[in-house]
Amino acid sequence: MAVMTYREALNLALREEMRRDPDVFVMGEEVGLYEGAYKVTQGLLKEFGPKRIVDTPIAESGFTGVGIGATMVGLRPVVEMMTFNFALLALDQIVNSAAKLNYMSGGQFNVPIVIRGPGGPAHQLAAQHSQSMEVYFYHVPGLKVVRPSTPMDAKGLLKSAIRDDNPVIFIESETLYNVKGEVPEDPDFLIPLGEAVVRREGTDVTVVAYMGMMYRAMEAAEELAKDGISVEIVDPRTLQPMDKDTIIGSVRKTHRAVVVEAGAGFAGMGSEIATEITEEAFDDLDAPVERVTGAQAPMPYARNLERAKTPTKEKIMDAVRKVCYANGSR
Amino acid sequence: MAVTKVVMPKLSEQMESGKVIKWLKKEGDRVQSGDILAEVETDKADVEMEAFGAGVLRKILVSAGDTAPVGALIGVIADESEDINAVVGQAGGGAPAQAAAAPSAAKPAVAERPSAAPPQPKSEDHAARKPSPSRGPEAPTSPRVAEVVAQQPAASMAPAGPSADGGRVKASPLARKIAAQSGVDLKLIQGSGPGGRIVRRDVEASQSAPPAAAATAPALRPVAQPAATGPEFEDVPLTTMRAAIAKRMPLSKAPVPHFYVTTEVAMDRAWALREELNALDGQPKISVNDLIIRAAALTLVHHPGVNASFQGESIRVFHRVHMGIAVALDEGLITPVLRDTQAKSLVQIAVEARDLAERARQRKLRTQELSGATFSISNLGMYDVRDFSAIINPPEGAILAVGAVRKVPVVTEDGLGVGRRMALTISCDHRVMDGAMGARYLQDLKKLLEEPLRLLV
Repeated sequence: MAVMTYREALNLALREEMRRDPDVFVMGEEVGLYEGAYKVTQGLLKEFGPKRIVDTPIAESGFTGVGIGATMVGLRPVVEMMTFNFALLALDQIVNSAAKLNYMSGGQFNVPIVIRGPGGPAHQLAAQHSQSMEVYFYHVPGLKVVRPSTPMDAKGLLKSAIRDDNPVIFIESETLYNVKGEVPEDPDFLIPLGEAVVRREGTDVTVVAYMGMMYRAMEAAEELAKDGISVEIVDPRTLQPMDKDTIIGSVRKTHRAVVVEAGAGFAGMGSEIATEITEEAFDDLDAPVERVTGAQAPMPYARNLERAKTPTKEKIMDAVRKVCYANGSR
Repeated sequence: MAVTKVVMPKLSEQMESGKVIKWLKKEGDRVQSGDILAEVETDKADVEMEAFGAGVLRKILVSAGDTAPVGALIGVIADESEDINAVVGQAGGGAPAQAAAAPSAAKPAVAERPSAAPPQPKSEDHAARKPSPSRGPEAPTSPRVAEVVAQQPAASMAPAGPSADGGRVKASPLARKIAAQSGVDLKLIQGSGPGGRIVRRDVEASQSAPPAAAATAPALRPVAQPAATGPEFEDVPLTTMRAAIAKRMPLSKAPVPHFYVTTEVAMDRAWALREELNALDGQPKISVNDLIIRAAALTLVHHPGVNASFQGESIRVFHRVHMGIAVALDEGLITPVLRDTQAKSLVQIAVEARDLAERARQRKLRTQELSGATFSISNLGMYDVRDFSAIINPPEGAILAVGAVRKVPVVTEDGLGVGRRMALTISCDHRVMDGAMGARYLQDLKKLLEEPLRLLV
């Protein structure tokens, strides 16, 4: 194990997979000479050369299409979105080509592409650059969607994504790039897609949260422990396919659930997970599943308004108390 | 000629279901209005059920020995030519619950709302939800009574707090599951969640509540017992009365904050007076309990705060004393009511209390003799009990527990003597009264019993 940042873990994953498989290449804006807008591709041009580390014009739809085409001739591209908000420009390529080629070709083509980059709210990136983009993708059959919260997951899941024969949407976070954690140096260390993890064990309530929200839930859990409320935190890690068993198993144990998501709540990941819990574990519930979500509004730039829109530790604590019928319950 | 539905009548405020003991008419028999159709066992008494219409008893839907919720269709009276399939079919979901199944009070409310009945104004619907003795089917005068009865089931649910809004118990799925597994009746539990929702902790708290009466030390048993043979235990089904007691008592003990005050009464003079009275020719025998009933009633007149009932937003103070007298039966306990006790002489009390007790044992009490008490007395003196505390029978505000009159050493002016002493414990609803009120009541009651000639004037 080595301690490294989330950014370094991603870099290591790319490096190891490119060394392992000559078909893997990286493409995107500023990934080569500039070594990545967030330095995830640092040093890769030097090691692998311009044929495998390809700087592109500012044309998301175009280079995403090039990537999908490359899969059809046997390559395994890793396409970087400078931020995932820019993937909206490539939505047609992702939804109508990447997600559907395998199906529409009767299985003749696989599309082993990874589209990766940062997404979700960060710090004062305002309305257009703070969106939780996963919601646009996990609804589309044919796409896998990954949101890794820790350096270890970043490495293990990115390597699994590159080795997967399906298109994988891999959304990182600006706020997590500098987070440090232990990461196995074993080049064959993988974390399978579709496996959730229990980040913290508890007995009174299950909080489902990923990325920055997972860290806020951890803070809330620390705080709630002082009040004698034992919080279990489940990080789904992969949103599609979703590891329902781990979530349901946890709820069967704690009998209460709170789902946290950074984006707006309407038809969000929280709604999906809450429904799964209700369908699968209804008789185990002692309270309705509570959602803590971003407000139904564009992300404001002002720091105070940004905070008001986003789920905070306090909001998570309130929701936990509510489902536990602790003080603050209605 | 109309079809007359025979429904399980509501014979007491608490009644939720009744058991058909036997049918006195069989299918095909011609019946007149007022004929006795069947005998029904309620939680309190066995009652004869009259026909409310004339015709032929075409169909019996609940056979003898089976239980049906109040308001459920149990038979149909109609002309021979009448098509009763529609009416019988309506029974459907509200069909009589078998004796083993827990009678669901909610079912008949839905199933029995007769589709052919004239639409009822909303206000009347609300009225029907409130328990109102005057709406009881005791004196049916019109064919509409059958429908009134059918509307009644909601009333039986009103008293329980959690189910007041139309009878549905709000509980979390987990609470329901645990309750079902452990046999807890959710209707008896007060929910602590939002809007009174029953949640897991409420069910668990009700399970861990200590049993009402702690077991006492075993009596004289031979030390060496022969090796037991046969089954280790048997599960005796609840009688209707035991089920009613099991249901009612937690409704008192849990939500009513009881407190207890005990005193000791010198009964020497009361004992002597009673012996003197009972030596008189041609006088009915007076029991110690009769003296206590009389004394308790007279004292209540001066302590109206103890003769009172908690009504949620107010306290109802009664100006008359209707004394509930607990009568132990083999299968349980029943509390017939001696009305206007404060206005009755000792002899009247003796005669009427004995009559009530005897008919209680024969289960021949009328329903109106089983409700409306404002205060109750429970006497376990005949079992040589020194003292005990009783559970209040809501909506009453207090109950007096009477121990045995015992000969005990007492300190007299000259030294040590022998006296007759009796313990009285009053259980009071703290929402209605406070400790001092209970104590002052006991003080005056004690004084009255210790100067028993006052009971004669």
